[in-house]
Amino acid sequence: MIMARSPDRRPGFSRRAQYGIFTGYVIAVLGVVAGFVVLGVSLFNPEAFAFARTTASEVARPLGQAGAETRSASQGVFAAIGAYFNAGRQNAALTREVQAARADAVTMHALQQENARLKALLGIVDPQVRPVTGARLIGSTASSTRRFAVLSVGSNQGVQNGQPVRAAGGLIGRVVETGPNTARVLLVTDPDNVVPVRRTSDGLTAFVQGGANGRIEIRLINTGVATLRKGDVFVTSGSGGLYPPGIPVAVATEPHRDGATGHLASDPADADFVVVLPAWQASAQAVLEAAQKAAPPPPSDDGNP
Amino acid sequence: MPLPFLSARPEDLVRQRLNRGPSPVLANGLPWLSIMLASMVPFSPVVASAPVLPPLGFMALLAWRLLRPTLLPVWAGLPLGLFDDLYSGQPFGSGIVLWSLTMLAMDVIDEKFLWRGFVQDWLTAAALLTAYVALTAGFAGLVTGYPLPFTIGPQVLLTVLLHPVVTRIVALLDRIRLLPLKRL
Repeated sequence: MIMARSPDRRPGFSRRAQYGIFTGYVIAVLGVVAGFVVLGVSLFNPEAFAFARTTASEVARPLGQAGAETRSASQGVFAAIGAYFNAGRQNAALTREVQAARADAVTMHALQQENARLKALLGIVDPQVRPVTGARLIGSTASSTRRFAVLSVGSNQGVQNGQPVRAAGGLIGRVVETGPNTARVLLVTDPDNVVPVRRTSDGLTAFVQGGANGRIEIRLINTGVATLRKGDVFVTSGSGGLYPPGIPVAVATEPHRDGATGHLASDPADADFVVVLPAWQASAQAVLEAAQKAAPPPPSDDGNP
Repeated sequence: MPLPFLSARPEDLVRQRLNRGPSPVLANGLPWLSIMLASMVPFSPVVASAPVLPPLGFMALLAWRLLRPTLLPVWAGLPLGLFDDLYSGQPFGSGIVLWSLTMLAMDVIDEKFLWRGFVQDWLTAAALLTAYVALTAGFAGLVTGYPLPFTIGPQVLLTVLLHPVVTRIVALLDRIRLLPLKRL
């Protein structure tokens, strides 16, 4: 359908209306200028407007809470329906798994006893990491290339900036902005988040950096020494002092010359509940942040767009 | 009709229509409210690990602007963009700049073209939406120092394809907006 354009805004001879429209344009142009100024400030100091964002998150918290409950409920419904379709196959597979697991459990028990005996010999006391609090993810920046999520807890529950957040499956991210009852989490998939990791098989150290597209980039610290293979599992190494060691972070999927592209161990989309952990060594946090600032941008010409 | 209360015509919801006009609060407030609600979609059940959702707040703004060119004042991009910045996760100010620029650009486009149609509106929206998604990704990349051109491809496609759907929803809201609720 073709139609004539709308009547334009010219109001005729009314002075008042003319001034009103002129003022409108002035405000619009001022908006562009002011926007550029604000943008410039937030480019140099990303935390400059944290207070406004935190307030906004607090306002939207009930909405996100309801959404999070809907998410877990709908996941339950889909899982229940899906379970009917492959019940038989699943039953056979599970029976096999249980038999294998029983054998493993016996070995595991023996190892545990041996471990306890050796620890008692050496006098090691396990540092018990008590979580700060449990929470739900109530929102995320799903349309932006920055990867933030919003937690349903804040400083009232003891959450502080820099604390790591994990789900049952693995690391989710770390807290970067804290409000009274909400907190903003920088996800592992954000390009700004760099996590020191080690390979579970041999302790090879590496960094995990987000790619903002749901994947992450595993970059070796010493390139050329070792190659990564598909399926290599990486856990936090504890260096830098922010993330406690041993939390699963990523699985390598596409090895390349100086590292690998990988998947997250725990997708935030599947995480119903997450746990906020205390910063591993709060004093070392500043050092890590300085190191992250100094980290070079990842190579863009590695042949893997 | 099996569900009479879900009729396609919102006008049927109002029984008495003689001597009644649209409620001024609804008529003027609904566009603003709907755009702000669309901006708050990040607080939806979707917790995404990649940019998958289209920028629904901006799409709603564009749909209202194309449907009712004189309804939103030309300065509307400033407050609405600011509100979007609070929730979008973009560096603060990117919404203020881009939404204000969009309102000015739409004024220029309205001046240039004498005639309007569905395809032309869609093309206009496609150009503006593509530019918007690319520029927001650019601004976000400036902060992290890590430009990511390839991640936004699917998002641009989805955004452009969804524009007629958003326009349709906005058109429904427009009819609700003008329901004769107020006694004259």
